[in-house]
Amino acid sequence: MSAAPVLSVSGLRKDYRGQTALAGVDLELGAGELVGLLGPNGAGKSTLTKIACGLVRPSAGTVEVLGRAAGSPQARAALGYLAELFRFPGWSTAEELIALHQRLAGSGGGIAERTELLELVGLADAAGKRVEAMSKGMQQRLGIAQALVGAPRLLLLDEPTSALDPVGRRIVRELLEEVRARGVAVLLNSHLLSEVELVCDRVAIIVRGRVVRAGAPHELEGSRGVEVETDAGVRVFEGGREDAPRIVAELVAAGERVYRVQARRASLEDVYLEAVGGQTG
Amino acid sequence: MSPSPLRSAATVIAHSVREGVRRRVFLAVLVLTAAFLALYALGAHFVFRDAHSFAGGEGHILDPTAFAGATIFGLAMFAVLFLGSVLAVFLTLGAVRGDAETGLLQPLVVRPLGRTTMLLARFAGAAALSGAYVLVVYLLAWEITRASGDWSPDHLLGPGLALVLAVSVVAAISLLLSVFLPVTAQGIVVFMVFGAGLTAGLLAQIGHAIDSHSLHSIGKVASWALPFEGLYAAGLHALISETSGLTGVVLQLGPFGGSEAAGPGLIAWALVYALGVLALAAFAFSRRDL
Repeated sequence: MSAAPVLSVSGLRKDYRGQTALAGVDLELGAGELVGLLGPNGAGKSTLTKIACGLVRPSAGTVEVLGRAAGSPQARAALGYLAELFRFPGWSTAEELIALHQRLAGSGGGIAERTELLELVGLADAAGKRVEAMSKGMQQRLGIAQALVGAPRLLLLDEPTSALDPVGRRIVRELLEEVRARGVAVLLNSHLLSEVELVCDRVAIIVRGRVVRAGAPHELEGSRGVEVETDAGVRVFEGGREDAPRIVAELVAAGERVYRVQARRASLEDVYLEAVGGQTG
Repeated sequence: MSPSPLRSAATVIAHSVREGVRRRVFLAVLVLTAAFLALYALGAHFVFRDAHSFAGGEGHILDPTAFAGATIFGLAMFAVLFLGSVLAVFLTLGAVRGDAETGLLQPLVVRPLGRTTMLLARFAGAAALSGAYVLVVYLLAWEITRASGDWSPDHLLGPGLALVLAVSVVAAISLLLSVFLPVTAQGIVVFMVFGAGLTAGLLAQIGHAIDSHSLHSIGKVASWALPFEGLYAAGLHALISETSGLTGVVLQLGPFGGSEAAGPGLIAWALVYALGVLALAAFAFSRRDL
């Protein structure tokens, strides 16, 4: 992570009329970092994103975007956002919508930026199409293009692929890799663990407003022991892949015949299910 | 670089206007207004034609032209206020809570323009469009009245501007309600407020006719509490403020009863009132979680 974080969240709390949505969250995102936010419905993921872009006021703690308080004009000028539940005016065409956001963001990108963004999300042929005539998936991709207007330094995406088919998801995945390569920090809220596993540098799992697990996917997906099949049946020994030769040697020395050895790893799904304890929103 | 608040406001206003055009709101308004003006022209023709017999036949006691012209043009003023208020309410309907609930507002609010700028731009757009509409329809109604009966009000522009200010006040009230209420409730409440103002004006009119101090006071308080009613009454008064004799007395007892001169106090109060309502709306919006 670079020295100056793009997004810095410290001791963040949010209470809604006695209900705690966030109970002290700390999180940092550096330039070009893609962080996935996982958790059951109602865990506080969307609240965290909304506070970061100034839609919701925190009860306590601080959130800064490039060193500016979240919600300030400078902070808002630096970010792009796509809400989980959003709507664009049905009468507007894709190009008109992007042009509107260019004016509001003060982007001087003009038609070149509009064309590039619509191409990026696979909507180059739908520039003149009205939003009301688009499928939900197309609208979601248009939403991502809208979030990228003005070359933001931070991209906050709340369930950006929930309405997309597999092709649409791949387009978005490639797009995320592209914006990461340009140095944009991305906070991605998603329920799609496989997607998060594929693209995210780090993952934070939130349960009841707290970050309960955080780290790179390969760090979280830790060893689950070594599975060995012998005359005595299938057994699981403690340890990781590096312990497998020793375990086999000890079993052979003990006179057992070894038929199969497999180092077991926890998937992100295992880690997630363990962290949330079966909770669902 | 972030755009200036003025440029952002202009963008929001242009977006609202484009929405009105695309959704054919303005087309519907134009068609209905044309229908209203056609009916008004028909009504004015018959009123002026038949007013002579009503006014006492030969050796008229009343000035039939002034009586007929003021009466029908006063009614036109009410219709213009109502139509302008409907437009102002429509243009501010669901501006905050309604749009936030459907997800329309969030993509705009996260842009650097700021909530206050956005709210003021919505108000400026609604007030400008409904104000311009009111002024144009008012002047067309005057032209129809003049052409039908060769009658003009004692003051022409003042009442029209009073109507413009009145619909701006309605737009500000509607915008404030949009911060707290969902769309349907906002529409219902703002028209109830509008109706309450007009009812209070009617009470003042009755109070004037029967010389009831209490009813007159109710009307007076309502005029200040809901200044669109006070401005409308002041506009009515200005139509016939220099009409004297029996015609003036009869008009004051009838449709123009309870109307009073605006005076600088009412206009200043209406401006302060609208600004206060907008400040309250901006404050409430700034504290609202979206």
